[in-house]
Amino acid sequence: MKHLLSVSDLGGRAGVDEILVRSESFLEVTRREIPKVPALRGRTVVSLFYEDSTRTRLSFETAARRLSADVMAFAVSTSSVRKGESLRDTVRTIEAMGVDAIVMRHASAGAPHRVASWTDASVVNAGDGRHEHPTQALLDAFTLRRHRGPSLDGCRITIVGDVRNSRVARSDIHLLHMLGCELTICGPPTLMPECLEGWPVGVCYDLDEALSEVDVVYLLRVQRERIGQSLLPSIREYSARWGLTVERAARLKPDTLVMHPGPMNRGVEIADEVADSARSLVTEQVANGVAVRMAVLYALLGSGGPVV
Amino acid sequence: MLRAGVFDSTDLRRAVTRIAHEIVERNHGAQDVVLVGLYTRGVALARRIADAVSSFEGARVAVGTLDTAFFRDDIGIRPVAPVGPTEVPDLNGRVAVLVDDVLYTGRTARAALDALGELGRPRVVQLAVLIDRGHRELPIRADYVGKNLPTKTLEDVRVRLEEVDGGTDGVEIWGPAPGGEMGNDDDGPAESAARGER
Repeated sequence: MKHLLSVSDLGGRAGVDEILVRSESFLEVTRREIPKVPALRGRTVVSLFYEDSTRTRLSFETAARRLSADVMAFAVSTSSVRKGESLRDTVRTIEAMGVDAIVMRHASAGAPHRVASWTDASVVNAGDGRHEHPTQALLDAFTLRRHRGPSLDGCRITIVGDVRNSRVARSDIHLLHMLGCELTICGPPTLMPECLEGWPVGVCYDLDEALSEVDVVYLLRVQRERIGQSLLPSIREYSARWGLTVERAARLKPDTLVMHPGPMNRGVEIADEVADSARSLVTEQVANGVAVRMAVLYALLGSGGPVV
Repeated sequence: MLRAGVFDSTDLRRAVTRIAHEIVERNHGAQDVVLVGLYTRGVALARRIADAVSSFEGARVAVGTLDTAFFRDDIGIRPVAPVGPTEVPDLNGRVAVLVDDVLYTGRTARAALDALGELGRPRVVQLAVLIDRGHRELPIRADYVGKNLPTKTLEDVRVRLEEVDGGTDGVEIWGPAPGGEMGNDDDGPAESAARGER
C-alpha cells in the first residue's frame, strides 16, 4: 500500500483484517508508561489540512510522534495559501523539504488523489469533501471489534443523520459492509443520498423503527450550516425526530452500542446522558484512533519499501 | 533440503530443563526472575522454562512477552510486522531473562534490549537461547545456551515447537541442495563452539 486514499486501497477484507489485528499492538504501545517506539525514526510526516479539524489532525500527529517520526504541521490559514498559492505549488514546496507522508484534508473530493499523482510521498486521506475518510472507518471497525469480537458478521448497524453529505458514512458503509455488517441508513429524506444504487444499505425513514433490534447506533454530526438551507427546518425538530434522546435510548436493547465520529452536538443528534452513558463508545473511538493511525502510518512507511 | 537433525523432542526437553536449572542456579533462586519471551517461539520457550522451574522449585516464575518489531533496525529494508502484544510484568530491580529460539546476528537481541529499556530498569538482563548458531554482527553473547551449533550463513536453523508449529518438537539444519552455491565464509562460531555446551 503506497497511499491510503480510499477504503478500497486497503486490499479487501484480508488487508483490513491485517491492519486491525496490528492495531492491537499499537494500542498496547499507547498504553505504556513511555508510549513511544522508534519504528519510524527519521521519517517525516506532514499534516496538510485545508479544512478545520482538531481531533483528526491531533490524532494523526500524535500517532506519528508515538512512532518517533518528525511531524510538520502545515497551517493553511497562516500560510501562503492565503496569498494564492496553488495546491500543486504547496505540495511541491513541502516535498522539497523532504517528507515521507502527507496527511491531507481538503474540502474537495479527490484532492488527495491529485496530490498522490504529483508526489513520491505517501498520501493519507484524512477526509476529502463528501467523499471518504478511510481512517475513521478503520478506527470504527477496530472499536467495534474490541467490543463484539473479531467477527462483525451479521452485526446490525443503523447510521443516523446527514448521510448524503457525510464522508464518514461513505467510508464506514464501504468498510463495515466488507466486514459483514448489515447496514441501515436513517434520517430526513432531504439528507439521504439521491441515488442508492450500489450502496449496500437498507433505508428507513422512521428512527424508532430503525432502532428496534439494532446492535449499533452510529450517529452523524448535524452540520449546522445545513440548517435553514431548506434541508432542515430547525434543530429542535431534528432532535425530536432524528436525535438519540434519553427516551429512545431507553428502548434500545441493553447491549446496543452508540458511536459518533465527533465532534458531538450534545442535545441535537445525541442527548447529553446518552453521550456519557456506558453504551457510548465515543471516547474510546478517539483513543483507538491514535492506535489505528499508527498502524496506517507504519503500514505506509515502515514495513514495506526500501529506505531512501 | 534437510542437512541434519540437531535436536529431537527429548533433546529439546533436556536442553530446556538444563537452562531452567542454570537460570535458578545463577540467580540463587527464581523469586526475582522474570522470563521475557521474544515472539514467537521465544514466548513458547519462556513458558516451558517457567514450567520446568516450577516443577523443581515449586514456585512460579513470572513470564512476559516482548515484540521487538518496532525497535528493529531493519524497518524499511524488509517487511517487519508486529507479531503480538507486549505484556511484561514489573521489571524494576529484577532479573530479566530474555528468551529466544535462535541467536544469530544478535540484532533481535539488540532490539529486545532497547524495547526492554522503555518498560523498566531491570537489575540485570540475561539472554537465554535454545540454539546459538554464530555469525554475530553485534557484540552480544548469550548467558544460557541450549546448544552451540556451527552453521554456514546459507544454512537455515529451524526450530519446531509443538505449540507454535504443530507436529513434534525438534531442531534441524536446512541448506541448499548439493551442487548449489554454499557459503564458505567460515565455519561459524569458533570461539563459542570451543566453549562448548554449558
